[in-house]
Amino acid sequence: MSNRYIGKSIKRVEDKRFITGKGKYTDDMVLPQQTYAHIVRSPYAHALVKKIDISAALAIEGVVAVFTGDDIRNAGINGVPCGWQVNFKDGTTMKEPSHPLLVGTGDTIKHLGDAVAVVIAEDRNIAADAADAVEVDYEVKNAISNPFEAVQAGATPVHPEVAPNNIAFDWTLGNPRDEVDAAIAASHHVTTLDFINQRVIPNAIEPRVAIGHYDTTSEKYTLYTSTQNPHLIRLMMSAFVLGIPEHKVRVVGPDVGGGFGSKIFHYTEEALVVWASKQIERPVKWTSERSEAFMTDAHGRDHVTKAEMGFDKDGNVMALRVKTYANLGAYLSLFAPAVPTYLHGTLLQGLYTTPKINIDLVGVFTHTNAVDAYRGAGRPEATYLLERLMDLGALEMGMDPADLRFRNFIPPFDGVTQPGYQTQVALQYDSGNYEGVLKRGLEMLDYKGFREDQKEALKNGKLLGVGFSTYVEACGIAPSAVVGSLGARAGLYESAQVRVQPTGKVSVYTGSHSHGQGHETTFVQIVADKFGIPMEDVELIHGDSDTVAFGMGTYGSRSLAVGGSAIMKSIDKILEKGAKIAAHKLEANIDDLEFNEGKWTVKGTDKSISFGDVSLTAYVPHVYPEGLEPGLDFSSFYDPANFTYPFGCHIAVVEIDPETGKVKLKRFLAVDDVGNVINPMIVDGQIHGGLAQGIGQALFEGAIYDDNGQLINGSYMDYCMPRADDLPMFEIDRTVTPCPHNPLGVKGAGEAGCIGSTPAVVNAVIDALWSGGHQVKDILMPLTPERVWRAMQ
Amino acid sequence: MIPASFEYKRARSVKAAIELLADGNAKVLSGGHSLVPALKLRLNQPEMLVDIARIASLKGIKVSGKELVIGSTTTHQEIASSDIVKEHLSILAEGAGAIGDVQVRNKGTLGGSLAHADPSADWPALVLVSNAKVVLEGSGGERTLNAADFFTGFFSTALASDEIITEIRFPIPAKGTKSTYQKFVQPASRFALVGCAAMREPSGETRVAFSGVADAAFRDTGIENAISGKTLTAENINHAVSDTAKGQDIMSDHYASEEYRVHLAKVFAKRALMALA
Amino acid sequence: MGVKINVTVNGKAYSHDVEPRTLLVHYLRDTLLLTGTHVGCDTSSCGACTIHVDGIAAKSCTMLAVQADDCEITTIEGMAKGSDMHPLQEGFKECHGLQCGFCTPGMIMSSADLLSKNPNPTEDEIRHALEGNFCRCTGYHNIVRAVQYAAEKMAVEV
Repeated sequence: MSNRYIGKSIKRVEDKRFITGKGKYTDDMVLPQQTYAHIVRSPYAHALVKKIDISAALAIEGVVAVFTGDDIRNAGINGVPCGWQVNFKDGTTMKEPSHPLLVGTGDTIKHLGDAVAVVIAEDRNIAADAADAVEVDYEVKNAISNPFEAVQAGATPVHPEVAPNNIAFDWTLGNPRDEVDAAIAASHHVTTLDFINQRVIPNAIEPRVAIGHYDTTSEKYTLYTSTQNPHLIRLMMSAFVLGIPEHKVRVVGPDVGGGFGSKIFHYTEEALVVWASKQIERPVKWTSERSEAFMTDAHGRDHVTKAEMGFDKDGNVMALRVKTYANLGAYLSLFAPAVPTYLHGTLLQGLYTTPKINIDLVGVFTHTNAVDAYRGAGRPEATYLLERLMDLGALEMGMDPADLRFRNFIPPFDGVTQPGYQTQVALQYDSGNYEGVLKRGLEMLDYKGFREDQKEALKNGKLLGVGFSTYVEACGIAPSAVVGSLGARAGLYESAQVRVQPTGKVSVYTGSHSHGQGHETTFVQIVADKFGIPMEDVELIHGDSDTVAFGMGTYGSRSLAVGGSAIMKSIDKILEKGAKIAAHKLEANIDDLEFNEGKWTVKGTDKSISFGDVSLTAYVPHVYPEGLEPGLDFSSFYDPANFTYPFGCHIAVVEIDPETGKVKLKRFLAVDDVGNVINPMIVDGQIHGGLAQGIGQALFEGAIYDDNGQLINGSYMDYCMPRADDLPMFEIDRTVTPCPHNPLGVKGAGEAGCIGSTPAVVNAVIDALWSGGHQVKDILMPLTPERVWRAMQ
Repeated sequence: MIPASFEYKRARSVKAAIELLADGNAKVLSGGHSLVPALKLRLNQPEMLVDIARIASLKGIKVSGKELVIGSTTTHQEIASSDIVKEHLSILAEGAGAIGDVQVRNKGTLGGSLAHADPSADWPALVLVSNAKVVLEGSGGERTLNAADFFTGFFSTALASDEIITEIRFPIPAKGTKSTYQKFVQPASRFALVGCAAMREPSGETRVAFSGVADAAFRDTGIENAISGKTLTAENINHAVSDTAKGQDIMSDHYASEEYRVHLAKVFAKRALMALA
Repeated sequence: MGVKINVTVNGKAYSHDVEPRTLLVHYLRDTLLLTGTHVGCDTSSCGACTIHVDGIAAKSCTMLAVQADDCEITTIEGMAKGSDMHPLQEGFKECHGLQCGFCTPGMIMSSADLLSKNPNPTEDEIRHALEGNFCRCTGYHNIVRAVQYAAEKMAVEV
């Protein structure tokens, strides 16, 4: 033990390679004999592939091979699987259409960008030319992109054989619907919102890249891919898609340029390059273009919802009734069914004591790209729903939005001396102090002062508004047995190996994957402090299925809570064995030892042995406890007892230009409670990034599919992401309510910023409009100047 | 995004460039910041690029008589930071500084932007409002067009396939002339959703031009006639902008419908005129 | 039908035949194996490919390699002097101005362009100068701080 690192803002170990241009992203790799793939994609959302003519492409010098959907079909290759099964309310299995790597002749294109062929050439220029030369004869058909319209009678089916009514599953959770209906009917006031939580596109700045390499002598396949979870990709690809032995597959996720969920999933292109590499016996690299990323990286959100919140005359929330149509896209991506259900419906308690809650949800197929987990995954949608209703309810009832929340908060509970909070929607929260974050937020805002400023501004023709969002979310989805019962087709634990080398240096192997989160620093801080050694003596290894035993990867803000806890288990095993060796060397009773500052000391004496000496002894076991195995190297798997539940309060202050409708975000305040914090600098950075994405959804971002299934803003010239001059400096603070059920007391910080921020911004705009006499309930996100201007007309 | 193949020729003189252009399916390359994106998307597949960026005579900013003369391959950044421009026609520096982002301004050129004639680009409104003349040279010799005659519609100009823009000649306005460029950005592309350039001479003659609003940049003669010679009071301005963009073919997209664009044009015309008051 | 180009990159002279359509960023990455310059988009929007050409910031995805003939180029790999980091590199690390690191080279190159013209920028000027560079990780907060850090440090060094 030492206290040098944990809780300190240690500068990141990994930065050196990134600031010098020495990061190694997948596209930076060049393998001997490497070829370049270019994928031929459908320009239509729904079309029959009548004929694919590759002759002109093959005739181009430098083209190595062209494969079409027909080749894939003839090879007997399955589509990419879905990893989560949500059954219909009546118990029947969800509709699960096949998602082929390439669409063959006689088959149907299901969304813009669906792939029909892959061209492989000696260089990227030739591959692009040859892709242009592939001629595909399409019979274009009507497409459908709105999930509500897709379930109406007569709507064009996306999968006529599998789901003729476009419904993948229907689902409900919470109190019986009739009880909720009655509670709504008995309410003094009901706030109703019909709204769309629009589709957003993740847009990690590194486009996806995959290199497949089949080695003819070892008959081993290697996939280098920009992924958040190499082992999961290996499992999915080997067992479900290509049917190749898992031990003959290595998946490497090297430096990855951002993920935000979009790089969790097993994508068709990964299996395609691996398969193609075997066919041509050369490495095949595919690098996504940004336009392909817009069309094919799994999107996020896209709910059409009607939500009603019933209040009694004092403002106590009595009931919440929700109906949602969740757009799943054309195919079921890896976690797609879980996002609107178990990551959204289960969060509808929020941090309020609402006694009756019911959600009724329909998962819908449309001719659009797949929707799956995007930063927050379901929890932002739940938070948006609840927090919009809270602020709107306050406006409608003439109450203060902060007071309304204080009135309804679940009282503080630490999860240790007080039990966790059992919600009406299945989850049991671990610990929380919700009024604490709002109190702190109001202080930072100077709420009273703001309301005076707002009145003053109005006199000068300016529209100022404040919006609140208090949220609770669920991280580190677990335990495996529970998620299994809810339909997960995988466990959700994590593995870690801590290998103490003979010289006392430590290699840590984690199944978590760092793509910006700073694991190489945070995890090392923990290990160094627990062993009482310098951080320089510890190295973190991740991202390679050949070196790391197993891993479930990084998403759902799980890495520290789950991956870090697995490391803690291995640390404990090392210290336990180390103590045995130390006791033997010191000729002392193990109970008389204490471990501190990197050495075991016999209590009350100056007899001690260092961590390094114990390590050496473990590998040179000349003087050694009888019966004890040599070596100092432990693997552990950690399966959490529960989710963790971070919470927080986000507050936005906006000014609207009354002439143009343009919204200026003047201030953004966030008080988040993510449990214990290992590296405050990194946690702050995670919050900042989440805020930017959540604010982005509120003000700037939104995929627009037209009635033909065309993505009309599929480039950075049309899809607006926040830039430096769109955002203010963030004002952030923390409270600390430790997680009671994991050894570090940590909860998770990766998504919190994105979960809380969106409704705060929209609420602020609505507040500004009401202050100016425009009593609008809702504006479709993103709140573009035109939409805000129209709301004022 | 890989362009289709083409041949590349670097011209050392205007004459050489024109000869190369006369050869057939060729495009002129200067900064490349309009052309290269189009090549990458294969919207444009010329057989040859004629690079004029190194022709010394096409670059530079100078005063010649009563004109400010800017060579066509002068970059936006060179114009934005030019003391000569700031002294004689500051609206050009102001407008050039509002283009795209710094990297684009560093490489993109005035001539390239005009030749591309994107209706949402900033330059068209600026050259229109300043009554500039565009000088072209081709196998038929040199000709000089009023800016208004240079732009002929949506992404189209009077430039012939064997011509290049050599320079733009801006009349230096009378002392005391006021000007402003007011831009409402399309937030993704940073092109102009509405770009309103306005100039008012001491005589009271007022010119107003728009980018981003219609299928091509235009001078709004309705506003000009209504406000020229009149005092710039709020009342007069409001009256003058009441029929902004009348008769134009207004663009519409997911950032701004036709109705909203016209509304924005009015707001920005008003703001521009107020700034001149 | 390659075209011969001579370029100086990070102080080192190179001469290569390139296909005219080769983008400068691909020349740097594929031919010179300087993979610190990244490609994040197709539309000159993201700025991940920002380098310096003759001392000013440019998007190398929107330049042809042939346009860089006879030019002096600096990429992220050329910013440090041996083991001495450029103040911007140091600032990005000290202020946690990067997470995944993909946009970072472009951010540093754009920031260097700013500081060369304006050694003491305001927060607004920094944000404006970075409008040609996307970061999806940091929300820009710490990037702004990193540039401020570097500006202060460079002022002291001068």
